[in-house]
Amino acid sequence: MTRLLKSRELVLSGAILALILLVESRFRGFAAPGNLAAVFNDTSVLIILALGQMAVILTKCIDLSVAANLALTGMVVATLNAAMPGLPVGLLILLAIGLGLVLGAFNGLLVWLLDIPPIVVTLGTLTIYRGLVFVVSGGEWINSFEMSASFTALPRATLLGLPVLSWVAIAVIALAWLLIRLTPLGRAFYATGGNPHAAVYTGIDVGRTRFMAFVLSGGLAGLCGYLWVSRYAVAYTDVALGFELDVVAACVIGGISIAGGVGSVGGAVLGALFLGVIKNALPVAGISPFWQLAISGAAIIIAVAFNARAERRPGRVILKRKEATA
Amino acid sequence: MLHQAPDTVPPPEPATGAAPVLELRGITKTFPGVRALGDVALALHPGQVTALIGENGAGKSTLVKVLTGIYQPDAGEIRLDGAPTRFPTALSATRAGVTAIHQETVLFDELTVAENVFLGHAPRGRFGLIDWPRTRRDAAAILERIGARLDPDTPLRDLGIASKHLVAIARALSVEARVVVMDEPTAALSRAEIEELYELVDRLKAEGKAILFISHKFDEIFRIADRYTVFRDGEMVDAGLIADVTEAQLVEKMVGRAVNTIFPKREARIGDPVLTVSGYCHPTEFEDIRFTLRRGEILGFYGLVGAGRSEFMQALFGVTKPSKGAIRIDDEVAVIRSPAEAVAKGIVYVPEDRGKQGAITALPIFQNVTLPSLSRTSRRGFLRLAEEFALARQYTERLDLRAASLDQPVGNLSGGNQQKVVIAKWLATAPKVIILDEPTKGIDVGSKAAVHEFMSELASQGLSVIMVSSEIPEILGMSDRVIVMREGRIAAEFEREGLTPEDLVRAAAGYGETA
Repeated sequence: MTRLLKSRELVLSGAILALILLVESRFRGFAAPGNLAAVFNDTSVLIILALGQMAVILTKCIDLSVAANLALTGMVVATLNAAMPGLPVGLLILLAIGLGLVLGAFNGLLVWLLDIPPIVVTLGTLTIYRGLVFVVSGGEWINSFEMSASFTALPRATLLGLPVLSWVAIAVIALAWLLIRLTPLGRAFYATGGNPHAAVYTGIDVGRTRFMAFVLSGGLAGLCGYLWVSRYAVAYTDVALGFELDVVAACVIGGISIAGGVGSVGGAVLGALFLGVIKNALPVAGISPFWQLAISGAAIIIAVAFNARAERRPGRVILKRKEATA
Repeated sequence: MLHQAPDTVPPPEPATGAAPVLELRGITKTFPGVRALGDVALALHPGQVTALIGENGAGKSTLVKVLTGIYQPDAGEIRLDGAPTRFPTALSATRAGVTAIHQETVLFDELTVAENVFLGHAPRGRFGLIDWPRTRRDAAAILERIGARLDPDTPLRDLGIASKHLVAIARALSVEARVVVMDEPTAALSRAEIEELYELVDRLKAEGKAILFISHKFDEIFRIADRYTVFRDGEMVDAGLIADVTEAQLVEKMVGRAVNTIFPKREARIGDPVLTVSGYCHPTEFEDIRFTLRRGEILGFYGLVGAGRSEFMQALFGVTKPSKGAIRIDDEVAVIRSPAEAVAKGIVYVPEDRGKQGAITALPIFQNVTLPSLSRTSRRGFLRLAEEFALARQYTERLDLRAASLDQPVGNLSGGNQQKVVIAKWLATAPKVIILDEPTKGIDVGSKAAVHEFMSELASQGLSVIMVSSEIPEILGMSDRVIVMREGRIAAEFEREGLTPEDLVRAAAGYGETA
């Protein structure tokens, strides 16, 4: 599997590189380091959310509420900032993460204790959270002039040549890698999704493991709530509308199996970057936004077909063996 | 690849009644490494019930699959009304009038009774659309014929198990059936429901249908069957009229073979009690299970499929919750609420279905092996891969696992090697008690001997083994003591000395007791 995944990550890296070179050949400057850094920065939120989503998908679940969670936490911290400009930004960030954790935990508890299918739970909470954005804001926008300067400045501040937003994404990638590769919880994500029955027999609490994945995804969505509204310096009801689909798409393109138990941090990051490059390259190439959607969609289908083919081979062998012992 | 087998001796043919509707001759079916059926014969006569008898794994299910077109025999012939025929698909068997009622009914809860009865072959009206009024009428007629008082419009989910079974029977009869195969049809039924089923079988006999009745229960066989056919190890050992045999003779034909030579059981010193279970109960699966397991002992659990052995083991391991009962481990009261607690207290369980419950096939070998031992191989909350590899290497080498690398996903290994990974996983937790559920099911003879050898070795090192097995030779060869379960209760307990296959079969089937 490791070899297969490595090659899958290699293929994806190659595809991203080819895409960059293709755009560069027509429009000089796209591949310039400064522009690539800008593309990375632009994709940071997607990368962070994809890593949270990856944990959830590894456990054979899905979290469709991430974008609504982001919009709600973003609106709450923006409203607080507008009402009480004196509140330190650090406190607001902690609040955003905390609120995101709570919203994620709500998903996780419904999946764990009530045993409701995750897609139904998060479809429901997506609507609830999105509705609460309206309740909190009364439908009003919060614009940049209502936000404090320190609130909007932080993600754009540069550190060693990169914006803080990019550094946050890099830190989350590193922490996710540690968690997934080197902690018992990360191993439990794989075991739970790879074979829930066997995981139970191994002494892993499958429900609790899934709960933890939802909490993680929620906390990261909360963090992104702050990052999004401060970076764009605006908060409104429809912030990040439909963005959960981009997040799931990044995971799928990155080789994280929707069936659970297969995937890597590198894959999720590359999947997000692939979408990020397409989103940034197509406007440069003068292609209409409607075509962008079609091209993103095609990329998803191609990636899924690729993954399905890679996964089918061992499956067939097992089937033959089962027949033999029947 | 169906060809005539000229030298096949037809089964002994008692001179009664009409010629057989369906006849199998010289049927052979092999799977890689296993001969499931070797040159078997079977004849089914109109208006008669033939009982098919044999231990688990004797080839009964394979035969049913050959009969219903699911498997193709490697050799032999099927004759319908004396003419050679073949059933390349399940549909072709159905068209020829061979229909089967399976042990676990294959029905759809969200559809109505009538829809279930006619699913796939509902009467068509104009434009090829389903003729619903006629479907309902026909379903009602069939239900009436089998004496089932069911409304065709009832959704299936509102029915109990027995009624669902009647729907399954109605479905089997909704095609023009001439041969009806019933695979352990009474397994899920109550006493009264079984009586109704007998009446139904009598009615089908009167209609001239040929019935193949598969059952482990001797009282049933003698109540209902006209003829019998006995299978053992994939071969037909005898056939004849029920009136000519006794229960004792049938038991002997079913198990008759020398058993002590096949399985090695080393002498092990049996020590102090390790695990004492008292009064374990479950609302639906088992009741009042009590026993003591000693150091170095192999305790066999025998019983028919569905006797509640695996269900009890799962409760003991903390997967399900018992409603009552207590256990002591090393003479201390212990409470096990989850598999994690069981592992921590030194009890591990190697499940029967290693595909579903055993290995995590997408994960590498070493990660599978260390999964329940991660608290030992990690430090300050972080995994230590080097220690994981070391632990995995130690136990996979001990089991002689053949793999290119421990980093290889378990899904790429053969069945026997996957089993070894699962066992290595549990041994790595250094348990006191290991529960092996059907440890040699579906593996070839050579690997079987290795597993048995290994069990012996574990016991001689002081580990206590609970072995759930449905194979009589394995139980007799390996166990120091045997507990037989029947219908969720302990039916009997035997010491190794002087235990015979007949004792086990009697206790498991409840034969010889007043019902």
